[in-house]
Amino acid sequence: MYQYDQHDQAMVDARVAEFRGQVARRLSGELTEDQFKPLRLKNGLYLQLHAYMLRVAVPYGTLNSAQMRVLGDIADKYDRGYGHFTTRQNIQYNWIKLADAPDILADLAKVQLHAIQTSGNCIRNTTADHFAGAAADEVADPRPYAELLRQWSTFHPEFDYLPRKFKVAIIASETDRAAMRLHDIGIQIVKNEAGEIGCKFFAGGGMGRTPMIAPCIAEFVPALQMISFLEAALRVYNRHGRRDNKYKARIKILVHEIGVAEYSRQVQEEFAHILTLGLEPPPAELDRIKAMFADPGLETGLSDDLDRSDPDFALWVDQNVHAHKQPGYAIVTISLKPTGGIPGDATADQIRLMADLARDHSLDELRVSHAQNIVLPHVKKADLYRVWQALDAAGLATPNLDLITDIIACPGLDYCALANARSIPLAQKITERFADVGRQRELGELKLKISGCINACGHHHAGHIGILGVDRKGVENYQLLLGGAESADTSLGTITGPGFSEDGVVDAIEKVTDVYLARREGAERFLDTYRRIGMVPFKEAIYG
Amino acid sequence: MSAKIKIITGNDLRTGDVIWWTGEGWSRHVDNAVAVDHDADAIIARENARQVVTDTHVIDAFAADGTVRPAHIKDRIRALGPTVRLDLSLKPADPQAGNWVI
Repeated sequence: MYQYDQHDQAMVDARVAEFRGQVARRLSGELTEDQFKPLRLKNGLYLQLHAYMLRVAVPYGTLNSAQMRVLGDIADKYDRGYGHFTTRQNIQYNWIKLADAPDILADLAKVQLHAIQTSGNCIRNTTADHFAGAAADEVADPRPYAELLRQWSTFHPEFDYLPRKFKVAIIASETDRAAMRLHDIGIQIVKNEAGEIGCKFFAGGGMGRTPMIAPCIAEFVPALQMISFLEAALRVYNRHGRRDNKYKARIKILVHEIGVAEYSRQVQEEFAHILTLGLEPPPAELDRIKAMFADPGLETGLSDDLDRSDPDFALWVDQNVHAHKQPGYAIVTISLKPTGGIPGDATADQIRLMADLARDHSLDELRVSHAQNIVLPHVKKADLYRVWQALDAAGLATPNLDLITDIIACPGLDYCALANARSIPLAQKITERFADVGRQRELGELKLKISGCINACGHHHAGHIGILGVDRKGVENYQLLLGGAESADTSLGTITGPGFSEDGVVDAIEKVTDVYLARREGAERFLDTYRRIGMVPFKEAIYG
Repeated sequence: MSAKIKIITGNDLRTGDVIWWTGEGWSRHVDNAVAVDHDADAIIARENARQVVTDTHVIDAFAADGTVRPAHIKDRIRALGPTVRLDLSLKPADPQAGNWVI
């Protein structure tokens, strides 16, 4: 994993000291709220429905056990005993006191974490494949490139006041596990015919009120020109992005309005200019970063044997454990989606337990997935049973990865000041309706995603089944969407028709799954059947 | 019979707690909120100047039998706490606490 050098640490420490002064001036009345608000937002501190909310950045979703432990301790010491893992691989605390915020940032800085650029119209935390460094199908570990991107984008003066927020995702395999093409810029690390590593760039994707899938704007940019190309892509957006209309300010609107060919042409023109300026970090810097992500200490010659005699353990292995690139190891995904639970929430004790398991059984590494789960990326198969027992005792062994109850849900109207409807109670009802694991497995891969407003933090556009909560004359109402996807075959869901009450939408989902079970052919997933037979049979079942 | 009123809400600057204007100060309990009229802007300006509250604004509510209920679901959830964590609400021991929210 990346370790801060003195420059990284000095920057983060200085930011903590600066914010401590700003908070003191606000509490003394020296700063008004209008003056203070942009300062606190730049440090990830929002004022939400019930209290201040702090969003902590988890760069490209990677944590070590010491960092994870501090995240648990903060939940206990400064919040109400839990944290919420988000779809940007971050963690949020919902009950923060303003006076405590500088101390929290100081605690985070001690383990090389911060909340910088988790809000505002700047480049946000870069997300990455949560199986990075462990997956067999990647052409390279994408995290060194993500780290280079983090360093480039942090406090970048030219991109501190973009027309709107800007989100980047980076992957390195054909299997997209990061919803890459639904980002402002998506980067796929690829290898060309000569065996050279480079970047395939996508631009203009996103969800929100105008969902779009990012088109490719460059098939191959040499890896050692990645930052220059990003600089060019951002510069063209910063120059032409709509600052007159918040709802048309994202890069997707620009790419759509001027066309991908024209946007690409301008980026290439700017790119050629930037290459003459020598802005690209020296290759030695990328090499320095890469060295920190080199082999984390994987052993060789380990056995792949597994005792599956405990049926509950075997079920969990089948559902939540993935193949690792190294024989004798496995990738474990810890579901934060128990029946009746709150998607993405974990108690302080659970967070610390996951930290301990990472320290003892995963070469000190964890990942936060954009699906609001936690990954132990390097677990010896010989340790799997012990890990499962510890997780099971803590309520963290739900065997439902990628099944209908592995729901992504935004905080919704229970916590969020922007939301129009609650997301969490709906997620709870769905997990209770489909609680039977056998039934879930019969339905197979089925990604269900819920947003409590059009901003789409719950990724409803990309759900095989998506739900959007809206406010209809002061009453919560839920629109149902079918056919979205976020993987290599990204697609946007289509609204079925008129919306439903909370209970009504749960019934409608059950009817949708009944149609799937009746009409599927062979090993078709729900998404495959939907794409083959279309919306009509589902609409007929739902609306009669 | 409930009466439609306007009340002032905001957040405690230091803690972020949701608070309600009582006519003399601020309370964490919405039932203590009082109706305001044309004096709302002056109250907000005066209280903002004291730098102890933030995000102050006027909302619609209904008053009846000693209770005050915000008109909009979002404000009712603000008044109670997350409906999915009643243990964190102002009345965690009362299983009926949230019945008026939704």
